[in-house]
Amino acid sequence: MTVPLLSLQGLTKAYPGVVANDTVSFDIGEGQVHALLGENGAGKSTLVKMIYGLVKPDSGQMLLRGEPFAPAEPRAARADGIAMVFQHFSLFDALNVAENIALGMEKPPELRDLAARIREVSETYGLPLDPFRTVGDLSAGERQRVEIIRCLLQEPKLLIMDEPTSVLTPQEVEILFKTLQKLQSEGTSILYISHKLEEIRTLCDHATILRLGKNVGECTPAGTSARDMAEMMVGSTLLTPQRGSREFGNVAMDITGLSVPAPSAFGTALKNLHLKVRKGEILGIGGVAGNGQDELLGVLSGEVLTDADAVKLHGQPIGRLGPAARRKLGVLAAPEERLGHAAAPDMSLTENAMLTGSVREGLEKNGFLDWAATKEFAERIIKAFDVRTPGPGNAARSLSGGNLQKFVIGREVLQDPEVLVVNQPTWGVDAAAAAAIRQSLLDLAAKGAAVICISQDLDELMEISDSFAALNEGRLSAPREAAGLTVDEIGLMMGGAHGMEVAHV
Amino acid sequence: MIRLEKRPQPSRAWSMATPLVAVLATMLFGGLLFAALGKPPVEAIRIIFWEPLFGEFAFYYRPQLLVKGAPLVLIAIGLSLGFRAGIWNIGAEGQYIMGAIFGAGAGLAFYPSESFLIFPFMVIAGAFGGWIWAMIPAVLKTRFGTNEILVSLMLVYVAEQFLASVSLGLLKNPEGFGFPGSRNLQAWDSAHNAELITGTGMHWGVVAALIAVIFAYVLLNRHMTGYHIRLTGEAPRAAKFAGVNPARLVLFCLGTSGALAGLAGMFEVSGPSGQISIDFNVGYGFTAIIVAFLGRLHPVGILLAGGLMALTYIGGDIAQSNLQLPAAAIQVFQGMLLFFLLAFDLLTNFRIALSKPEVA
Amino acid sequence: MDLSAINPVLLIASLMVAATPLLLAAIGELVVEKSGVLNLGVEGMMIVGAIAGFAVAVESGSPLLGFIAAAVAGAALSVLFAILTQFAQANQVASGLSLTLFGLGLSALMGQSYVGVKPPRMGDIHIPVLSDLPVVGPILFGHDIILYFGIALTAAVWWVLKYSRIGLVLRAVGENHDAAHALGYKVLKIRLMAIMFGGACAGLGGAYISLIRVPQWTEGMTAGIGWIALALVVFSSWRPWRALLGAYLFGGVTVVQLNLQAAGVAIPVEYLAMSPYLITIIVLVILSADKSSAPASLGRNFHASR
Repeated sequence: MTVPLLSLQGLTKAYPGVVANDTVSFDIGEGQVHALLGENGAGKSTLVKMIYGLVKPDSGQMLLRGEPFAPAEPRAARADGIAMVFQHFSLFDALNVAENIALGMEKPPELRDLAARIREVSETYGLPLDPFRTVGDLSAGERQRVEIIRCLLQEPKLLIMDEPTSVLTPQEVEILFKTLQKLQSEGTSILYISHKLEEIRTLCDHATILRLGKNVGECTPAGTSARDMAEMMVGSTLLTPQRGSREFGNVAMDITGLSVPAPSAFGTALKNLHLKVRKGEILGIGGVAGNGQDELLGVLSGEVLTDADAVKLHGQPIGRLGPAARRKLGVLAAPEERLGHAAAPDMSLTENAMLTGSVREGLEKNGFLDWAATKEFAERIIKAFDVRTPGPGNAARSLSGGNLQKFVIGREVLQDPEVLVVNQPTWGVDAAAAAAIRQSLLDLAAKGAAVICISQDLDELMEISDSFAALNEGRLSAPREAAGLTVDEIGLMMGGAHGMEVAHV
Repeated sequence: MIRLEKRPQPSRAWSMATPLVAVLATMLFGGLLFAALGKPPVEAIRIIFWEPLFGEFAFYYRPQLLVKGAPLVLIAIGLSLGFRAGIWNIGAEGQYIMGAIFGAGAGLAFYPSESFLIFPFMVIAGAFGGWIWAMIPAVLKTRFGTNEILVSLMLVYVAEQFLASVSLGLLKNPEGFGFPGSRNLQAWDSAHNAELITGTGMHWGVVAALIAVIFAYVLLNRHMTGYHIRLTGEAPRAAKFAGVNPARLVLFCLGTSGALAGLAGMFEVSGPSGQISIDFNVGYGFTAIIVAFLGRLHPVGILLAGGLMALTYIGGDIAQSNLQLPAAAIQVFQGMLLFFLLAFDLLTNFRIALSKPEVA
Repeated sequence: MDLSAINPVLLIASLMVAATPLLLAAIGELVVEKSGVLNLGVEGMMIVGAIAGFAVAVESGSPLLGFIAAAVAGAALSVLFAILTQFAQANQVASGLSLTLFGLGLSALMGQSYVGVKPPRMGDIHIPVLSDLPVVGPILFGHDIILYFGIALTAAVWWVLKYSRIGLVLRAVGENHDAAHALGYKVLKIRLMAIMFGGACAGLGGAYISLIRVPQWTEGMTAGIGWIALALVVFSSWRPWRALLGAYLFGGVTVVQLNLQAAGVAIPVEYLAMSPYLITIIVLVILSADKSSAPASLGRNFHASR
């Protein structure tokens, strides 16, 4: 039997209150594409950080080609041929591509030589990239290319990829897979982290499944059904959200010819947007990150003001109304960023309930606040949405991602919105919480509210939306009926392959 | 090895305890400093903290506590509102000066007539002087995004020059034999901010400071504006999402702190100080920054911190005459206090964990 | 009023002297801010540098030793700031303010016995022929060594930030400390170095005031120059050469108003003395529209989480 490239033996890492990894062991073979599968919070990130030298294990050891391997820092891991593409990119917006790549190398060559190398590698692997462009101006897909090329220039033996497809269109995913297969054929091992089962079935040779920090099983993905893998990952059978048939009412929210300049140097401008959503309808808005999702939510919530007529509610212009005035009319929103945008991290849940609840729940009279009623409202949210917390006096940041997200969505849903806008409602949330959140959106629509769900998770959008549109560079495609859309069609709405090309195999 | 672990939520106990720990640490290191200067450390600390309250001449010093504490509390309350929202007015010293000039000027315009309306008019003018001076950085920030820290600070130097100018010109006492400085307001009943109860040090400024404390407490805990201030400081994006208008908040916070600093200046010039002069200001506007932080930006805390800081001023004076302790040593002492407070604040949000050397 | 008493050559030469403390402090702070840290304690570090340099120069008789001591003192004080912000995670604005308040007190305490003392003079360089040239000589070749050091430092910082590896890493840390950490760079260590460099520069700038520009010791003698240096960093859009330009501009304003005071212009002295501060405000207003070049992590603390 051959020696595996990397062998993990009984790795354990505990943080106060949580064991992130509990005696995890598995092997990654030479030239193998190895999937690491698990829900959010299963401990995947901690595990790869240990391999990459960012975190030290409490106990257990790693062997690299049979030799003990204990990187003290990422530099050491890189020197031993480990490279990593991060989920939240480790890039510097204000620096150019070549500078970004140089920062990830031990002894970068002169900038001019480096630029030539970048061009060469990027063409070989079908990832075209201009070394002198500022990274902040690149699309999400292009930014990922920067990360991948940074890794490839080190000619790694093991390439770790953390949820790489979450920022790509289906077409771009296909091209990425070609690149990865080319790398594999050259003998590079890949540790591929994902919770998307179909991807893993097409790409990976072997899969290790983590649940609550433990290795709960391994399988050959091609020979295992997605359902079986899902059950190993979640530990129980999942309920798929129920959608009843619904009648759509009149148009509730109507946006015509909306254009908004970019809010910051590296933001996205919205260009000539049109959309209509009817009562009882869920409009899903897909698209890769950074194509105007935040900006669109801002325009709908009232954080960004526009021409009065650009945004209409039941035919009335509301474009000049701020968030509080819109809440009064029933337009509610839940932004993507939980800590810092949807909620204030250090404030209690009660105080966070006040954040959007003051108007519709009557928590304020003549500017004076009714904290008793607010606490009651917070408790109602906690109860109705099964938020796991000792009580409403706890700070928002003490909650897990899934629980806080349930609180944030619950806070809006319980206020009986006429129109609810959510951005990434289940991002970074465990499967059970995600299912509960989706169900609550469906129930809300069934009661006659119009829902706009902005998300980068296409499976989610297909599961709950009635109609679908996609954002691409600040433009919105014409909405289409969701039922019957193919993956290819969706991909094209999202902008296709964005000028990527297939690796020259 | 020592590591920091972020607490899941801020510790309330430490939040209250840190000012006390900081005071103790300052006493310790301040004592070392005094010893290094060749002064008896224990004696010096005792004089600073004990003598004004319980010493032989406490009957004289206790009223002084109110006189020195009131402007500090008044200014610090205003500053704390902005600091909580991440709006940094550090030019209170300038607003204090302008409040005094406007207040005194408004009164002196009616000299020597006597009317009970003159003093209230001076109060309004003083608040207005501080307010208008603070509105300069406020408007520049909201209109052009100019950094309020630098502008408000620059305006202190401008105000000091203006103070010199009016002491030598516009407000100079025509009967002052050519000496710089205005008429003495203490000698003019209508304008004198006299002690309300003789021998207590209690003047209108003290009353105003107490009202400001109550006002700030209610505002921060029971009112939407106060909630918005706290929210903006904690999470600016969430505040915008909640519907806060950031520009209005800047105008409110800077305006309020300016008006309160102006009031402090006005009560000082018409009371304890008595006249506008070149060296009228003694740094209350800067010391109030320490008071605000020492009081944890909390109204009640600021009240206590203002008292403590006033104590170090008076105790410092006593130590200066009894032990020849240099005045600057007290300034260092106060600076040290802020240092330790900021350092120990760590314990509110973090836990110090002793970990075994990591086994890789 | 006699404007003819103002000699343009001397004016320019003294402008360069007036600008040097500002330049030194601003270049130091520029590096600090490029690493993502906002240290508002420049004024405090300058004044401590001013007295430390003064005291050592007087005691040792060597101005050069004085400058070295000033740099050490400034750096030492900046370490306090670094402890507060980098280790204790304290708010950078509050910590910077406390540094200034503490520094003002400390300098007053240290300087008690030095009021009214005359420091040893630092000689101006003299290059035969060149220094004796009319006009060009006194302007370009007749200054003390520290003034040239300031210009050389500007050039060095510019080169390091633009072309060197360490400059790239510094900018990266200031731009996105999480990403820099993920790549394995020691964010806190790099910031500590930058903060200490800034402290040393501020100390030098302070000593330049007390040893060359004035030269004597008075309490609070930096009179807001540290704050103007902070404004200068904004003015420069974090570019060293623009900081030099800005320092000379402000130096010019200071010198011209002093000359006007001396010439007895009809404007009252107080209003002339206000002018550098007012002009700083005006310049800040004009330039505050564009913040795009500010380091993205400026003023945010870094704490490595799991």
